[in-house]
Amino acid sequence: MKTYTNTGNKDTRSGFGAGLTALGKTNENVVALCADLIGSLKMDDFKANHPERFFQIGIAEANMIGIAAGMTIGGKIPFTGTFANFSTGRVYDQIRQSVAYSGKNVKICASHAGLTLGEDGATHQILEDIGLMKMLPGMTVINTCDYNQTKAATLAIANYNGPVYLRFGRPKVANFTPDNDVFEIGKAIRLTEGKDVTIVATGHLVWEALEATKVLYENGISAEVVNIHTIKPLDEDAIIQSVTKTGCVVTAEEHNILGGLGESVARVLATKKPTPQEFIATNDTFGESGTPAQLMEKYELNSAAIIKKVNAVMQRK
Amino acid sequence: MPSTQQLKDLTTQVRRDILRMVHKVNSGHPGGSLGCAEFLVILFNHIMHRKENFSMDGKDEDLFFLSNGHISPVFYSVLARAGYFPIKELNTFRLINSRLQGHPTTHEGLPGIRIASGSLGQGLSVAIGAAETKKLNKDPHTVYALLGDGELQEGQNWEAIMYAAAKKVDNLIVTIDLNGKQIDGATDDVLPMGSVKDKFEAFGWDVIEVKAGNDIEAILDGIKQAKVKSAKAKPVCILLETIMGNGVDFMMHTHAWHGKAPNDEQLAIALKQNPETLGDY
Repeated sequence: MKTYTNTGNKDTRSGFGAGLTALGKTNENVVALCADLIGSLKMDDFKANHPERFFQIGIAEANMIGIAAGMTIGGKIPFTGTFANFSTGRVYDQIRQSVAYSGKNVKICASHAGLTLGEDGATHQILEDIGLMKMLPGMTVINTCDYNQTKAATLAIANYNGPVYLRFGRPKVANFTPDNDVFEIGKAIRLTEGKDVTIVATGHLVWEALEATKVLYENGISAEVVNIHTIKPLDEDAIIQSVTKTGCVVTAEEHNILGGLGESVARVLATKKPTPQEFIATNDTFGESGTPAQLMEKYELNSAAIIKKVNAVMQRK
Repeated sequence: MPSTQQLKDLTTQVRRDILRMVHKVNSGHPGGSLGCAEFLVILFNHIMHRKENFSMDGKDEDLFFLSNGHISPVFYSVLARAGYFPIKELNTFRLINSRLQGHPTTHEGLPGIRIASGSLGQGLSVAIGAAETKKLNKDPHTVYALLGDGELQEGQNWEAIMYAAAKKVDNLIVTIDLNGKQIDGATDDVLPMGSVKDKFEAFGWDVIEVKAGNDIEAILDGIKQAKVKSAKAKPVCILLETIMGNGVDFMMHTHAWHGKAPNDEQLAIALKQNPETLGDY
């Protein structure tokens, strides 16, 4: 079984910051906007290196999205940065009308997504953002799994013409994907080969899926982990190909079961390849304060929970 | 430059377009459209530096953003008669498969439109963004935006108004259609706003008042004053006091025609008050 090495815990938001820093040097059309969270979003370097291309909007996210939409007119590529909650739920109509419906080349970059934001609690822990964004026609939705992948995705979306939602997180997590990997929007990555079960995971749950796979392997279960960094457009072929071989699937995400990756996978399978599926996701609930690890355990979003669901779904084959 | 008489003739024809468009589909917003006809005719035909071929990027030309998208009839008529698309296409307003959607959109590829609007309060932010990009591109042209006065009740506007002054967005001239009316009645009854002038000035804007917002000479004078004040480290606002429904006697001075189309008989009366000047579409 292929195994992956954690080269050291790093936060995905720092991957975004590093990507933005690199883009500042290579693409003069890239501009960055922030709503009073420069440090949290790791936008300090870009601001220091390119003050003329950095726009501090203040605590006014609606205005930030509108300004970003307008800045595309004349060829700029705006990257907006704030927490995931304020990047989506707070500004849904601004994104809908001024960005998505207007077809503007805005990159909405969102940190502190999901429960792993931790102690700040449910006001800030958005678990609905993937659903909100994937429902918008023409919106690309990306949820990266580690530092390296977030950096690679940040670089890649600058070269793609269209609105993008890039979701990442706050805590330091395992960094295990290759450095300087090419990021292909909409292309799933098969991390392990397996024959008994497919685990389709996104974001922080990808490493948890890999950890689960080690335990499952010791128990004689061969799991195929598919890293879905792009939830929309979804790599339907990769998912169908994998479940055709394994016959069952567990989806895993740090998001509400309603509207997330799992439902997107279920839609594909229901229409093209009916397959038993179990879901790792929050169950129509808000979060709460706690450490990221405590929350992931309480809401059953970790490798132990994945193992349970794998055992359950294999019974249904 | 067109003469005052030519601008008047064009305005009259635009009024006919507005009335015929909303009448045909028995929907749309004639009141605010009629109130802003003179202003948009002047802006597009006498003030703005525009390129012949439309490009979304709008580099090296002035730009215009309509925030109160429901006055699409006047916007479409002025755009068509300025050459952005065939005048006869006005005949497709609000019909299925048309580029002339109920509210303006870039989605159907209609030349002249650079942002969707309709959900209120978003246009000013977009205009600020376009103005910031013009500065980055060292493009000396001006960005214009039109907002309704009722629309100022949307909070996003005040985020944008604060930003534009704080960040010295001085290549931006924003006009407020101060007609004092919104769907449910007078703005002073729905949600009294106090002095819009005082509010803009308190936020750090230069304000120009045009009391006769349907008078060609007064509007021209107001915009010229705004041009003089622009590029001086402050955004500029024109408070344009218009009459909703202007040019059709029974539609004037009431909010009743904000979003209501005339019937056959009413249309005939309205058109009689605005004789054909440049040819109907």
